Amino acid sequence: MFDLFTYGFVVRGMEAGVIVALIAPLIGIFLVLRRYSLIADTLAHASLAGVALGFLLNINPIISALGVTVASSLGIERLRNTKHVYGESALALFLSGSLALATILLSLGKGFNSNLFNYLFGSIVTVTQADVYMILALAVIVAVAIACFYKELVYISFDEESARVSGIPVNRINMLLIVLSAFTIALAIPIIGVLLIAALIVIPVVTALQLRGSFTQTLLWAEIISVTSVLTGIVVSFYFDLSTGGTIVALMLAICLAIFSLKSRA
Amino acid sequence: MADTVVDHKTNIIEIEHVSFSYGTTEVLHDVSLSVHRGDYLAIVGGNGSGKTTLIKIILGLLQPSSGSIKLFGEDVAAFKDRWKIGYVSQKATDFDLSFPATVEEVVQMGRFGRHGLLGRINEEDRSATRRALEHVDMWQYRDRLIGDLSGGQQQRAFIARALAGEPEVVFLDEPTVGVEQQVKDEFYALLRKMNQDLRLTVVLITHDIERMGHEAMHVACLDHTLFFHRSVDDYFKSTHTLIHPHS
Repeated sequence: MFDLFTYGFVVRGMEAGVIVALIAPLIGIFLVLRRYSLIADTLAHASLAGVALGFLLNINPIISALGVTVASSLGIERLRNTKHVYGESALALFLSGSLALATILLSLGKGFNSNLFNYLFGSIVTVTQADVYMILALAVIVAVAIACFYKELVYISFDEESARVSGIPVNRINMLLIVLSAFTIALAIPIIGVLLIAALIVIPVVTALQLRGSFTQTLLWAEIISVTSVLTGIVVSFYFDLSTGGTIVALMLAICLAIFSLKSRA
Repeated sequence: MADTVVDHKTNIIEIEHVSFSYGTTEVLHDVSLSVHRGDYLAIVGGNGSGKTTLIKIILGLLQPSSGSIKLFGEDVAAFKDRWKIGYVSQKATDFDLSFPATVEEVVQMGRFGRHGLLGRINEEDRSATRRALEHVDMWQYRDRLIGDLSGGQQQRAFIARALAGEPEVVFLDEPTVGVEQQVKDEFYALLRKMNQDLRLTVVLITHDIERMGHEAMHVACLDHTLFFHRSVDDYFKSTHTLIHPHS
């Protein structure tokens, strides 16, 4: 089995995969507990518009996806804060709007090709060494930011009002969380694909929550489930010539269902 | 009734001519009151009388339409020493029961106001968390998930969280709604202990007007405007002339 490590693209895929698998639950735990899971899906669709923009302007699609996703995240949070529309309506506006923009940009850039398929569903073949470095840089930014504001994020997730009374700048931390989500989505695109990123962020956390542990234990379980699924998914997709993103998400769902099943029997 | 010495020279809370409206509906009209260090004030009134709104204005969660609020002599908007305030909200026990946090993790949140952004939890925070849990007799439950506790135990955990920051004043917004009589009795005993042993200023919002006559030092009756704000002794002398808030 170790012959797969003789392929450079597999090693790069593994490196990028582990980074993505470690970062996704760090953001996911706060999004899931704050009932913000749909934000991940909305930003993922926004990132597709970014990928399409990258094709059109002939720049690295991860960079353009990062720009569009961060801009969308700021727009969503601002629209939600104005309270002119309901929170989920703001998400629907951005989700459908960015998908429409993506299809227009793809039409203009003649981007409906096999390369797009890799960005939609993920493929380790597309990961270059430059991508690995960029993913690592984004991951470090996300991890450091989470480490710095971990206690504030935990408090706000549990009890926003009390956190506000204790002097925590809740609006600014919420904004930070959604921008970090945009970073996470951009860095996960090559491995998991635009359409399946939300699954990587949400499913390991939802599964870990079934194990009923402390906050730290839940985060640890989510990390284990995420890394195991991503590494196993890359290996399985390599040997069976399957979509990497689809295989990873299918494995995560299998673990989730197994834990649900064991829990219901207990 | 509590017998803590009240420092009448030190105002912890000063509210002057505060009014507040939700849209065109005026909820508070020209409310003024002050709370001294060591006081135990009960704010009583019926549903919709403006009690929770008043607390939220004092805490800076809502902006009044007019009037001024000072905490520890500073305007509430500029007040930075937030650790001096402990807060148990009306919805404290109405949280997500599946939230993955142990009792100790929840109570430790009460220390976060002591640190600025980027501050780390240290040994002193862990010791203060332990003291707060021991004070409410919940140390033995520290490793249990908060959602697995009974309503009374959760209430104690949230009081411990309010105490963990070693505040100077604690605000409690209707913490006894929906709890059994025995839990209520234990809760009021705990508040007396906090006020007397820890010399903590207590501001309690409650429907329980009769009970407050025996528990608090001062009673403020609110029905959109403050129509009584004096000592409990005065309250008993005046009850025959008081228009009781509708409950």
